[in-house]
Amino acid sequence: MSLAGSRAEAAPLFTLENISRRFRNGTEALVGVDLTVGRQSFVSLLGPSGCGKSTLLRIIAGLSEPTTGRIRWGAGSNAPHIGFVFQEPTLMPWATVAENVFLPLRLASQRRDAAASRISETLTALGLAGFEGAYPRELSGGMRMRVSIARALVTNPELLLLDEPFAALDEITRFKLNEDLLRLWQQHRWTVVFVTHSVFESVFLADRIVVMTPRPGRIARDHAITLPYPRDGALRTSAAYAEECRTVSTLLQEAMS
Amino acid sequence: MSVNGQRVAEIVAPAIVGVIFVAAWDTVVRIGHIPPYVLPGPLLVAKTLWHDGPLLLTSLLFTLRITAAALLAAVVVGGGLAILFAQSRILEISLFPYAVILQVTPIVAIAPLIIIWVNDPFVALAMCAWLAAFFPIVANTTLGLNSADRNLRDLFRLYGASRWQELVHLRIPAALPYFLAGLRISGGLALIGAVVAEFVASSGGTYTGLAARIAEAGYRLQIPRMFAALLLLSLAGIAIFGALSWLTRWLIGHWHESALPRED
Repeated sequence: MSLAGSRAEAAPLFTLENISRRFRNGTEALVGVDLTVGRQSFVSLLGPSGCGKSTLLRIIAGLSEPTTGRIRWGAGSNAPHIGFVFQEPTLMPWATVAENVFLPLRLASQRRDAAASRISETLTALGLAGFEGAYPRELSGGMRMRVSIARALVTNPELLLLDEPFAALDEITRFKLNEDLLRLWQQHRWTVVFVTHSVFESVFLADRIVVMTPRPGRIARDHAITLPYPRDGALRTSAAYAEECRTVSTLLQEAMS
Repeated sequence: MSVNGQRVAEIVAPAIVGVIFVAAWDTVVRIGHIPPYVLPGPLLVAKTLWHDGPLLLTSLLFTLRITAAALLAAVVVGGGLAILFAQSRILEISLFPYAVILQVTPIVAIAPLIIIWVNDPFVALAMCAWLAAFFPIVANTTLGLNSADRNLRDLFRLYGASRWQELVHLRIPAALPYFLAGLRISGGLALIGAVVAEFVASSGGTYTGLAARIAEAGYRLQIPRMFAALLLLSLAGIAIFGALSWLTRWLIGHWHESALPRED
């Protein structure tokens, strides 16, 4: 099931039109960004730090307003359910794992007992079964990040936004989380926008890589990854993967020079 | 050092210091033949404490009731103001300077006025103690309410949380450690405030708190009783601090960094 061809031309989830963002201190974070993201696609925003990819993600989430331009949602004019994963796990330290994952449902005024099965289902999917009552401080960095992803997924979002979620983790943990995230995406096919500065991570996960340049942030290249899904850890040692990584590295080099 | 060993040391080490101090005090009094109206020996103080115990305890209870009332009022008013400040920046800017003014004005200077203005002596004394106690709670809680994690606040916004939800589920839990730190300072200050107010008011003779006893004993040169009352006051202060520390551990010990055992 190759989906590379079906990316943008399939029903778009949203379209960014001429998005610019200037900070109060005059920095141009983003200039003239046009981007259409198709439903069920896995888009990676790749670029060095300072290229405005996090800002772009915040604009998509509605956490930040663009200075110019607008975002148009595909079906209907309303933003869909969004899950957001930050660079840090961003958990409430005073709440248990289950309470942290319950948060989005609680804010939607759901009752805890009504949400219980959804919570345990989500925790199990992320390998957190048995940790319901643990506090964040008792967990490793990788486990905390799993809780953070579980919280983003508990509402069954149409759009999942991730802002360099695994940047602070060691390589072994990162690989494992990449594989688990990919496995879940292959099952559920929410639309994903994944911000990263790792070529290897973006090639492994995404069906489309949008390369961005810094100062001011703009889109340099829009590159489809033709490696077929389902993918798993074995892909990392394949020649096709290495070839793709080389291509994307070159694109990134060109974008930065 | 093992956790158990450390716990034993936490009790034994200060106890040894205490024993050495009392022994030195006793030796100085004995060898120097210091008369009891200048410096009573520890044994005499203990005897006086035993003898005057019922009288002093009644007075202590009065002072403690003032302290408790003041602390409770400080929690309600201080916490309430902090929550109000967190809701509106303009309100915080408008009112915070006045909270500072109340804080920096010495209670000794205002106490006589309050005692003249307020007829009920208990209320008057409690108001003085409240003035001393409420600022650390306002200041700390305001800081705590404003220091909730930025990303968590964004997350609450993303999920369309109401102000009320953000306050209850994010800001108040995040502020709790700050509030408790303020409360521990305020506990001591409320006691000091009550004592200072009693000293100012004691010339009227209608107050029966422990500080009034100390002042009275001072006028009558009953120095051993002064010492006994002082000792009780210190013990009360330690007990308040201990109780509030216990409350802190009970409320946030399961998650907050400050309450975690260190493993080196």
